[in-house]
Amino acid sequence: MGLRCAIIGSGNIGTDLMIKIRRSDQLELAALIGIDPASDGLARARSLGVEATPDGISWVADHPDRVDLVLDATSAHVHVRHAAVLAGLGIPVIDLTPAARGPKVIPAVNLAEHLDAPNLSMVTCGGQATTPIVAAVSRAADVRYAEMVSTVASASAGPGTRQNIDEFTRTTARALEEIGGAAHGKAIVILNPADPPILMRNTVFCALPEGTDHQAVLDSVQRMVAGVAAYVPGYRLKNHPVIEEGPFDTPGGTVPHRVVVLLEVEGAGDYLPPYAGNLDIMTAAAVRVAEAKAQRLAGVAA
Amino acid sequence: MSAADFRLTDSTLRDGSHAVRHQYTQRQVTDIVAGLDQAGVAVLEVAHGDGLGGSSFSYGFSGTNDMELISAAVAAAKTAKIACLLIPGIGTAEDLRAIADLGAAVARIATHCTEADIAEQHIGMAKELGLEAVGFLMMAHMIEPEQLLAQARKMQDYGADVVYCVDSAGAMTTPMARARIEALVAGLDIPVGIHAHENLSLSVANSLSALEAGALHVDACTAGAGAGAGNCPTEVLVAVCEKLGIETGVDVLAAASVAEETVRPALQRPQVVDRASLILGYAGVYGSFMLHSERAAARYGVSQAEILLELGRRKVVGGQEDMIIDVALELAARSGQEVSP
Repeated sequence: MGLRCAIIGSGNIGTDLMIKIRRSDQLELAALIGIDPASDGLARARSLGVEATPDGISWVADHPDRVDLVLDATSAHVHVRHAAVLAGLGIPVIDLTPAARGPKVIPAVNLAEHLDAPNLSMVTCGGQATTPIVAAVSRAADVRYAEMVSTVASASAGPGTRQNIDEFTRTTARALEEIGGAAHGKAIVILNPADPPILMRNTVFCALPEGTDHQAVLDSVQRMVAGVAAYVPGYRLKNHPVIEEGPFDTPGGTVPHRVVVLLEVEGAGDYLPPYAGNLDIMTAAAVRVAEAKAQRLAGVAA
Repeated sequence: MSAADFRLTDSTLRDGSHAVRHQYTQRQVTDIVAGLDQAGVAVLEVAHGDGLGGSSFSYGFSGTNDMELISAAVAAAKTAKIACLLIPGIGTAEDLRAIADLGAAVARIATHCTEADIAEQHIGMAKELGLEAVGFLMMAHMIEPEQLLAQARKMQDYGADVVYCVDSAGAMTTPMARARIEALVAGLDIPVGIHAHENLSLSVANSLSALEAGALHVDACTAGAGAGAGNCPTEVLVAVCEKLGIETGVDVLAAASVAEETVRPALQRPQVVDRASLILGYAGVYGSFMLHSERAAARYGVSQAEILLELGRRKVVGGQEDMIIDVALELAARSGQEVSP
């Protein structure tokens, strides 16, 4: 039997998660939990025969024996409340909001490190897309400063993101430092309203100090892109990574070069259209973590 | 001097910072603020060209930390208020707290013209901190007047004291500027402002047209310093206003002296409508892309004009400077294919 998962949040992310979890042979979907009885996500869950409830977190509190793992796809400030309730119930949670209460997980970089932690943070969509690249560069160079710019289609940015854009930039910048290995991290997010909507774009800049082996940097980036694409099929380089000559006066000191990595993320089109790669990379990464937890528990039980 | 008919905000030390690649020194800030304060300008904006937090690989690193420049400006201003710009997604609420502590009085919260709702948090924070909050709707040529009004209303609802129609690409003809200002003036309860660029040589004309349509706030930059072909030149605007009998509160000759003796020597190149800046206005491309595209064109051996036209076709918005590298690489690859056998 698979790990029994409950999703809280019946918006875009939660509904997309539902579709991916149903496809997994290691996970079982216990319920999609919302707060709006009229939400499209809950209606879709009902039509698929999935338990759908508008009772919010209290459904989990009422049915703790039916849930092994919660995936929280609400918003940062709501997650803070959920985290406390779930800790009391002893149910682990994967947090898809930028609240960052638990250790941050980027599957391609540190999947195995925190699997037993009760609260795992999936950082942000931009963090999932760009932290692996900074980590890859850090394997080949001492990165004193890293920066990411994430551009997403306006149509794919929900009200939660819009009201908490600072949480996004803060949490992402921290991930570039804590998991990417950069001494200083900076994150920028841009919404583009073009119609038809653009695919999610991410650009990573890393400062490269004197004496860096540029080929080693480029090779490491290529390997990492393949590593992420293994669980996010639409993740790819838009152009070859390039090394540009400076000097550049970064907050981490003056460096002679920078590497620029231009990425594109096309979604799988599970719930939202393929342009919403920003949502797809979050849900695909969260499912990857949930499956790793399932394997871990199966291994422990065996 | 009688009361001014509109409030002038001089952005030489913010939008004009693009023209010096964000390398203003503390000395230059002190001199320019002292000169413009003395000349009678009501509000002076100081920050990285892309706003607080703009210092980056993407937009260029500041030569001097923004906060040091803002402190210098606050110290040098006797009567003028100091304003700062913040683009949510680039700067954060912490930057607003910092500028409030330093004594800035006005926070200008800028978003792309269709994305006003990402400003709610920051407009609210500015008001909480006791700052005047100005909503700043960029690239306003891209949407119709009624759509712009809908976005401006959101900013009004969040607590903005003023909302600006911002022609970031210098792409508006005079009727376009007038129609947008008329829609905002008719549909809002708060004052309306105009921010014009010179890419089509219409910055002064569009500003005057906005005043006729009821705008009560106008942005300008001394010596026209700014992104692209530059901004509406402060000294020219106040001279024309005086001839038209519009009270500005600014001494024309004093402003002209600051332009000639203090600002122009700080600029690294003349502010003119050259081919690149004309294309910005013609194709509707964000003004600050100009110098970045010039560098990328040189680095990858491709045409700057081609880069800008392609950015226009892709409908990129302010902040997407990374796409300049993307386009330059693609143009280089394409031309490489053409020459190879």
